[in-house]
Amino acid sequence: MDKLNNEILFSRLKDRFPDTILNTDEPYGLFTIEVDKSHIIEVLEFLKKDEELQFIYLTDITAVHYPERDLSIGVVYHLHSFVNKLRIRLKVFINGGNPEIPSATVLWKGANWMERETYDFFGVRFLDHPDLNRILNMDDMEVFPMRKEYPLEDPNRVDKKDYFFGR
Amino acid sequence: MDDRINIMANPITKITNNTPVYTDNDPQEDLITLNLGPTHPATHGVFQNVLQMDGERIVSGVSTIGYIHRAFEKIAEHRPFYQITPLTDRLNYCSSPINNMGWHMTVEKLLQIEMPKRVDYMRVIIMELARITDHIICNGILGVDTGAFSGFLYLMHEREKIYEIYEEICGSRLTTNIGRIGGFERDFNERAFAKIRSFLKRFPAVLEEFAQLFDRNRIFIERTSGVAAVSPEKALEYSWSGPILRATGVDYDVRAQEPYSSYEDFDFDIPVGTNGDVYDRYMVRNEEMRQSMRIIEQALAKLEKEPKGIFHADVPEFYLPPKEKVYNNMEALIYHFKIVMGELETPKSEVYHAVEGANGELGFYLINDGGRSPYRLHFRRPSFINYAMYAPMSSGMLLSDAIINMSSLNVIAGELDA
Repeated sequence: MDKLNNEILFSRLKDRFPDTILNTDEPYGLFTIEVDKSHIIEVLEFLKKDEELQFIYLTDITAVHYPERDLSIGVVYHLHSFVNKLRIRLKVFINGGNPEIPSATVLWKGANWMERETYDFFGVRFLDHPDLNRILNMDDMEVFPMRKEYPLEDPNRVDKKDYFFGR
Repeated sequence: MDDRINIMANPITKITNNTPVYTDNDPQEDLITLNLGPTHPATHGVFQNVLQMDGERIVSGVSTIGYIHRAFEKIAEHRPFYQITPLTDRLNYCSSPINNMGWHMTVEKLLQIEMPKRVDYMRVIIMELARITDHIICNGILGVDTGAFSGFLYLMHEREKIYEIYEEICGSRLTTNIGRIGGFERDFNERAFAKIRSFLKRFPAVLEEFAQLFDRNRIFIERTSGVAAVSPEKALEYSWSGPILRATGVDYDVRAQEPYSSYEDFDFDIPVGTNGDVYDRYMVRNEEMRQSMRIIEQALAKLEKEPKGIFHADVPEFYLPPKEKVYNNMEALIYHFKIVMGELETPKSEVYHAVEGANGELGFYLINDGGRSPYRLHFRRPSFINYAMYAPMSSGMLLSDAIINMSSLNVIAGELDA
């Protein structure tokens, strides 16, 4: 059998999920796929439990906010297959006004805190998460601070504006 | 009494609400609520755990974190690339050079800068020294928590020597801000090399003395062996990485899995444990220090063969020019201005780069849109992910075991809370 690489991985995923994978990319050699929100757990489960692929390690879950897009919040998963020495990145774009996505805690217990962190900063509600609360910020905070509409500096100050600092 | 037995038979493994529970703490009641932390001498950092205690035994616990959250990911969205290096210092401040190098390498990967071998080897030396300092802290503190103070003192003296090496290279000690994107700010001077060599000469004997104090020490073994044992399946389920994962028997090390900074040129072993308990973690860390020494020795030998005086890649558009050139050379002035103002031509792409930090896989997920600062930067912080298991694994444990379990996880508050 050939050593697993991005092409084989892509063909395996294409066979199994012909309609689910919306987009693929390969920035800096890391295979990236965009998945429909309703199939994300199926795809993750397939990647984790398939005997050839064996993406058993959930490296990270995070999110990114693109305010100008329709589906403005992208949830990003990084998985790692130790035996194949391969990583994969999965992206799910969801509606920023009502960001909901199934929780990956059914597959990995370690997803618990990663998803809590993502909820804390982006407001992504992970459905069926056992304990979806804020983790780093205080519990009575009302905003999701990593979204782009929240400035870094105090908006009431006139001498310290965000555009002095990069963006 | 029957209720109590039932509670012990089924420890609460599900994490409950992230709010402290207040009861009137009547010792006559079955369970007592104990606030361990946020500032407690036994926790070595700002950690709060609200524990439900049945006598000496923990029934369930909730970790409350975020006490030193400083919004680094938000700040990083407003800083040019080279100004993010000081932020990474403050993640795991026991081994900040690894964080610095990890960040530099992430940006270099984004910009596709090919590094000279000599710079790679210099980086390897710095990173392995940082790994030794971090393991010194962890194992030394583990000794203190089990009641043996002297080993800690012997090791701390050597950590001081490593900090002197940092000082010689970059001028600072704890939050090093060492190196630049594209290399180092200056070459290692002769005193730095002399200090590294003398450290290599002294340290093995000190480490052996430390190991002799603990390895076969009956008190130490009885306090640590079998405590907080974790199976490899459970460790992978919680995405553990670093020495604590290797102590369970999984040989995952980013340095070997996807070598960065020319780690493939080095010959070193990856120690693994069998039980995943506190004792195994201690042994893995000790052996990793020995392997780090081996790597540094090889790196010094390799540096001899490389052409002298190269300490950065030849990328004037990304590497800050020396100050005296800025005043006398027009190109240098232009590049200096562009780099400081963040007006670089950078590819619109995204990159994930992981390094083997002292306590696990430290990853940088950078999304760049070609602007002056990252569009999004996420730190995959090993402490944060490793610590997620702490409260569930503590249930059913003795309080004193939970304390040494926390020291052996080597969770650094700065990295936990980012």
